[in-house]
Amino acid sequence: MDFELSAAQLRFRDEVRQFLAGLPPQTSAAVHDTGTLHSWDVHRAMAGRGWLKAAWPVEQGGQGRDPFEMATLNEEFARAGIPIEGWLIAELVAKTLQIVGTPQQRHEVIPAILGGEILLCLGYSEPDSGSDVAAARTRATRDGDDWVIDGQKMFTTMAHEASYVFLLARTNPDVPKHRGLTMFLVPLDADGVQVRPVHTLGGERTNATFYDRVRVPDSARVGEVDGGWDVMMVALAFERQPAAAGHLLHLLGRAVHWARTAGPDGPAPIERPEVRACLARAYTDLEVSRLMGYRMTWLTSRDVLPHTEGSLAKLFSSEALMRAAASLMDVVGADGLLAGHGTGAPADGWIEHEFRHSVVTTIYAGTSEIQRGIIAERHLGLPRATARRAGS
Amino acid sequence: MMDFALSSEQLDLRAGLTAVFADHSTPARVRAAEPLGFDPALWAVLGGFGFPHLAGSRDGTPARLADLAVAAQDAGACLASAPLVETLVATRLLDRLGLAAGDDLVTFSPRPAMAGVARTVPWAAVADRVIAWDGHSGGRDGDPDSSRSGAQDGRWHDGVGGRIVIAGPGHDVERPKQTLAALAIGHADLTGATVLAEGPSAATAFAEARADWQILTAATLAGIAAAGLDLGVQYAKTRHQFGQPIGAFQALAHQLADAAALVDGAQLLVQEAAWAADTGNPRRHGLAAMAAAFAGRAARQATDRSLHAHGGYGYTLEYDIQLYFRRAKALSLLSGGESAAVDAVVALALADTDSDTGRR
Repeated sequence: MDFELSAAQLRFRDEVRQFLAGLPPQTSAAVHDTGTLHSWDVHRAMAGRGWLKAAWPVEQGGQGRDPFEMATLNEEFARAGIPIEGWLIAELVAKTLQIVGTPQQRHEVIPAILGGEILLCLGYSEPDSGSDVAAARTRATRDGDDWVIDGQKMFTTMAHEASYVFLLARTNPDVPKHRGLTMFLVPLDADGVQVRPVHTLGGERTNATFYDRVRVPDSARVGEVDGGWDVMMVALAFERQPAAAGHLLHLLGRAVHWARTAGPDGPAPIERPEVRACLARAYTDLEVSRLMGYRMTWLTSRDVLPHTEGSLAKLFSSEALMRAAASLMDVVGADGLLAGHGTGAPADGWIEHEFRHSVVTTIYAGTSEIQRGIIAERHLGLPRATARRAGS
Repeated sequence: MMDFALSSEQLDLRAGLTAVFADHSTPARVRAAEPLGFDPALWAVLGGFGFPHLAGSRDGTPARLADLAVAAQDAGACLASAPLVETLVATRLLDRLGLAAGDDLVTFSPRPAMAGVARTVPWAAVADRVIAWDGHSGGRDGDPDSSRSGAQDGRWHDGVGGRIVIAGPGHDVERPKQTLAALAIGHADLTGATVLAEGPSAATAFAEARADWQILTAATLAGIAAAGLDLGVQYAKTRHQFGQPIGAFQALAHQLADAAALVDGAQLLVQEAAWAADTGNPRRHGLAAMAAAFAGRAARQATDRSLHAHGGYGYTLEYDIQLYFRRAKALSLLSGGESAAVDAVVALALADTDSDTGRR
């Protein structure tokens, strides 16, 4: 066993740290304040360093970075509080297209993503299907060489900045739900697409997107007709370590700084036993979250797909993040309700912000209940949960 | 380069110990050893396996702490009625002090002596000798752990006079009449005990031994947690109510899934802390404290939820889960619980923050 990054991995981490240290000091707060967790300035600067295709092989114009280097890149951006969700979503679609896309998609869309020109968004959830994503009702109907799409998607985060939505649509309503789905790459500037903002508790803007007789050519299809579920499985496998571990890293960095700084009315909060107990517990949870994340990276580096390891990491780290934010609010006390960045709020408002934001990490990308179900069945081998029959 | 795989030595050790424990640490043997909790026949078998001297240099190259942690975890999983952890820690400490280890049973007091008595020491009731930290002439309560700055760099800054002593044989050991869970608890009177080391180097050596003990106890707790959880999982698969196995009810399955995440986290932390100890990593003291606290949390939660899954049968002495439930709490208490870890973990958080943000 070994728990240390290699010298080359540490060098790359330092390179990322240097880049982040060179950003204007208010970048993190400014990006969060827009509500869109993406900065085109940061994105283009990353493109300039070749980092958007850092994980790609050198012979394809990439940097051939290993999974640990990519994990440290994520981690350092998280530590600095610089959101890169726009890139993470786009990159995961690019990796999916690399495996299941058509030659045209690989040659046109992937370079635009990796060059930092375009973003994509995910069109999985719908008003009536979230956890039960395979119950999607958005229809795609054949019309000659084209498909006509009608329906609505929820939580299409980044749709207002993206060029395409990676859309899950029902192409066959007469077969079991997982077998009648097809994936499409739908241009968001197509006629009949409408993007409406949805504002969230965490301050983040997401969207509802509407599709009214949207016509796309068959070349927009990704994967086989009615093979959309298999394509989704490929895409889900590319989701990296749970984001919650990164948010916890950022939160605790801000909280430690707050705790060590003497307040106007007394000694530094870290002198108080309840503050120390709260930090110690949250910091231990952070260490566990990072270990679980790095184990996923290690599996990936050995070409093993993390299955239950991903669920364990996602469940633990998101629940730990919520716990940490709530208990930090408690030890801050009444001043904890002061909000905003640059407004004099404790920890520059980041504890209050994470208290609101952390909620979503136990919901998106598979709720805690979905993860517990996976762990119960596939990790513990418990019987599949069944609804009780009436009268039994 | 990060690597989460067990080494071939660790896998061999695990295979060997699994076979030994399957024969010599059955639930029937564990019950037969209660209430004291010491099984001399099992201890003799483990002696034949090389315990505890494989932790020292007497019989060759000392085993790494990461390997000892594998052994402790396996011992925890079957509630081995043997003083494995404390004798390993004592062996490593004697080695560190350049002292020869004999063949008598030497246990280790994880908490400092108070007023010349090492209280609630695991295995003191059956040990030939007890090693303890005696801070009688300095420090608050004589406790090297009570000074906030004390644990930060792993040294005991408890003023003058702190020393490592070894008591026995023939020293007074008071055996409590009843305990929550075996562990051959005793209170050892250190009057006239032999001083093994004193001064700053003694404080450093004892701090390392304390970290060893925290890591190996955390490993034991991780084993208790995993095996205790498994009892509940197996029960939930076979117990039927309302026409189906109770494990199919999410209200129950999800509690076991939460416990599984804690068990998994405890195992990872133990492995990292053991690696840090073996490599002399500066984070090792903070990680050892984290591992002990977190593994205690995992073991308590896993055995509590597992017992609950057994319903009324979990409350009876007939089912084995109560054996795990009691030991999970008892070992957590010996390590001082989560509050004992606070100062070391906060110190680690501050040191990490400084090094990661270039403040140092």
